[in-house]
Amino acid sequence: MTFQAILFYVFAAILVFAALRVITARNPVHSALWLVLSFFTAAAHWLMLGAEFLAIVLVLVYVGAVMVLFLFVIMMLDVNFEHLRRGFRSYVPVGATVGVLVLIEMALVLVGSYLKPAVAPAAAPPPGDNTKALGRLLYTDYAYPLEIAAVILLVAIIAAIVLTHRKRKQTKHQDPGEQVKVRSRDRLRVVSMPSEKRER
Amino acid sequence: MSIIVAPTLSHYLVLGAILFATSMAGIFLNRRNVIILLMAIELMLLAVNLNFIAFASFLGDMAGQVFVFFILTVAAAESAIGLAILVLLFRNVGSIDVEDLDHLKG
Repeated sequence: MTFQAILFYVFAAILVFAALRVITARNPVHSALWLVLSFFTAAAHWLMLGAEFLAIVLVLVYVGAVMVLFLFVIMMLDVNFEHLRRGFRSYVPVGATVGVLVLIEMALVLVGSYLKPAVAPAAAPPPGDNTKALGRLLYTDYAYPLEIAAVILLVAIIAAIVLTHRKRKQTKHQDPGEQVKVRSRDRLRVVSMPSEKRER
Repeated sequence: MSIIVAPTLSHYLVLGAILFATSMAGIFLNRRNVIILLMAIELMLLAVNLNFIAFASFLGDMAGQVFVFFILTVAAAESAIGLAILVLLFRNVGSIDVEDLDHLKG
């Protein structure tokens, strides 16, 4: 139990530090990399909580796909990030105030459970395969929400492509409507002109 | 060794609260840079997911993990569309500063 506690505190410290660096890093690329670190440590926490499948999904989907997407976008944009940070110091008081307020509000809710002797001992993780249990639940009780989630992903794919697709001007393409609408007189013009006499 | 106790539900909830408050402060700190704002939102969702999984683990209910699964799906879609909009914004406005996005001010 003590080993688990030490692991918890180590990972929690790394997670909080990485989160702080995400919001204070000078360079957005560094922010993205710190966010990757925080995702990894969060995955470690989830592993300790017995959610193995979701931990792997977090690493594969978030670190592998979403954060790479973030990095691609950061590198594609030619933005002066230093210019965007102007006034950062003047926002520190209000930002810190809001953060501390939110933290205090949440801690006030939780402090009661700290003062009481531990009423809810850590339940053992559900026995058996976590992935199997999650899959069984997803494909029986949550089958329709799963399909809705799939549709949401499809909509996201189409929306992202439609939004960022750029029409090229150089490409030549057919316009079938124009081709069908065409009349013979648009294409062929019979010119009547007087015949010339050959000179002898 | 009375300080180092086995992590309880409250430990995870406090960790989630710290993460959430951090990202909330990050939204205020980086209020110009849309990319960092999106990252702070991802961090918020991570904190919420941590709470969900802690509850699912300590209450022995798999429904929390199912919910996290759906949150991950929707968050991935959200960040994909958000980044697409961001690219579009940069192409049209030439900036990702929130202060420059005042075309609808009238």
